[in-house]
Formats: sequence, C-alpha cells, structure tokens
Amino acid sequence: MAISWYLVVSALIFCIGAGGVLTRRNPLVILLCLELMLNAANLALVAFSRMHGNLDGQIFALTVMVVAACEVAVGLGLIVAIFRRRMPIDVDGIKELQG
Amino acid sequence: MAEVIFFIAAIGALAGAIGVVTLHNPFYSVLALVGHLISLAALFLLLRAEFLAAAQVIVYAGAVTVLYVFVVSYVGDGTVPLGRGGARLRVIAGLFIGMLFVELCIAMLGSGLKAIDGDGAPYVPGFGSPADIGEALLTKFQLPFQIASLLLLTATVGAVMLARRRDGGRALDDRPYVPGQYITPRSLFSGTLAEAVGRMRAPPEEPRQPAPVPAAAPAPRDGANPASGDDAGEEA
Repeated sequence: MAISWYLVVSALIFCIGAGGVLTRRNPLVILLCLELMLNAANLALVAFSRMHGNLDGQIFALTVMVVAACEVAVGLGLIVAIFRRRMPIDVDGIKELQG
Repeated sequence: MAEVIFFIAAIGALAGAIGVVTLHNPFYSVLALVGHLISLAALFLLLRAEFLAAAQVIVYAGAVTVLYVFVVSYVGDGTVPLGRGGARLRVIAGLFIGMLFVELCIAMLGSGLKAIDGDGAPYVPGFGSPADIGEALLTKFQLPFQIASLLLLTATVGAVMLARRRDGGRALDDRPYVPGQYITPRSLFSGTLAEAVGRMRAPPEEPRQPAPVPAAAPAPRDGANPASGDDAGEEA
C-alpha cells in the first residue's frame, strides 16, 4: 500500500476526533476523542517512519503514547475530583475555576 | 494480501472512531475505542512497527482502557442528561472538520514528497523490532527517555493529589469532621507486610478454645492501636 493511504486514514481519524471534542459535552468522551486525535498523529508518524526507513518516527510515536497516558491519568483524576464535589459532569457547567 | 488487510483494518479504525464520537453511553464509547486501537495496531503491523503495535495493544487497549472503564463505572454511565449542544454548534463543527480534512489532505498529499506514493523505503530485517527501538532509546534518545519517565512520575503524583479525598470527605456526607474519623479500626495484623511474608498470622475471628493454644494467638484487639501493627506481634 502506498504511504498516502495511511496518511488519508490518519487525517480522517483526526477529523473525527476533533469533531467529537467540539460537539460532545461529557468530559470522559472528550478525553476519548483526544485519544483519537493523538492516535491519528501516531499513525502519521509511523507512516512517515516507514517511508523514510528511519526509526526516529517510531520513537516519537512512543513518546506520544507516554504523554497520552499522562494526560489520561491527570484528566481522569480531574473528573473524579469534579464528581467528588458533586459538581455537574458537563463541560459547560464548569466554566469558572473557583478553587 | 496487504491491501485486503489494510482496508479491513482501516475500516475498523474508522468505525471505532465514529463509534467513540456518536455513541451516547460512555461505556460503549470506551469499547469502541478498544476496537479502534486494535485496528490501529494492525495498521502499525502493516507499517512494520512491531514493537509499537504490541505496545499499543498492551498499554492502550489494556491499561488505559481499564482506567477509563473504572472511572466510567465510578462516575456513572451517562444516564444523567446533559444539556444539548444545539444544532447550530453541530453544523459549525461539521463545517470545521470538513475544512480541516480538506486542508490536511492538501497539506499531506500535495506536499510534493516524492516517496509518498511509493511503498516506503526498502525493508531492512529488524526494522521496528524491540532490539532496535531499545537501542535507539538508550543511545540516541536517552534524554527524551529520561524526561518521559519523569513526566510519568509527575503525572502519577498529580493524579493522586487531584483525586484524593479533600476536606475530610465533607463533600460526600454532611456530618461534621472528627479528627481521626477515617482511621478505621481493623484487626491488628491485617494488611501488614509481616502478614504478607508469613511472619505473622491474623488471629482467628473468635478466640479459640484455650486448651490447645498455649502461647500464640493473642486475642483480636480490634482498633486498639492500628499504627503499631508491624511489630506488635512479637509481644505475644
């Protein structure tokens, strides 16, 4: 398969994830859509790594996975903290940072 | 053959992504994400990234997804109705992602990269294997590797600090906070390392008959002194 096919799939997944981030209101689903966008970037990185025959792109993708795992941990911790305070689980209801 | 696998995996990845965005129950969204990640791992395998495919399945589809499932079942399954987004916002978002897709395609396919229509560089055996990745991580990318581990540590500490119980739990129940309220009385030996290695045994629930036990097994002193459970067994 030509590399361009992978890039088109990656662009499609990125756009679907971006649409989810824009339209959904549950912060859990927004985090899932962020995962989709990061994975699309990973696919593009691995495709370019294959195109050049160079491993650096795969290392970059691994680093992106590490950052995504950190983001999930902190984001889910935030959601749990919001839930503990009995605030609404709705991103539009949490507009102000009041400590 | 590679084309067939590519199209199956690509359709699976796209269907999983659409499922994540459109399904209403967050639990089903997480399940759709698992399907998406496994299809993506198949695409990674087609691109000769063996180690990344394995890490994707283990780390993402395994660990991260389990974390999501736990939080979804803790927070709730989304049956609490959220405010509607409004049709206008959806139309604007659709227009935006359409434009974004066209722009990405123009940027990538019209970039004039010559090798973009080829099958990639000639395959060298061992490309993308764990040995190569490990060597690159420990030589050329040593500093990013260390920074990534520091980032993981920071994120772990931050997540614990964010999700811990604040205010002594006053947000959950309205009873006034008493110092020491959450030090729950427990059996003296439960949960200690000494119990784990078998140095001490938890005493029986009710005191045994006094005849067959001459010296061992002190009576369970529930809540007597929970802080000194480590070495209190020696005194018996």
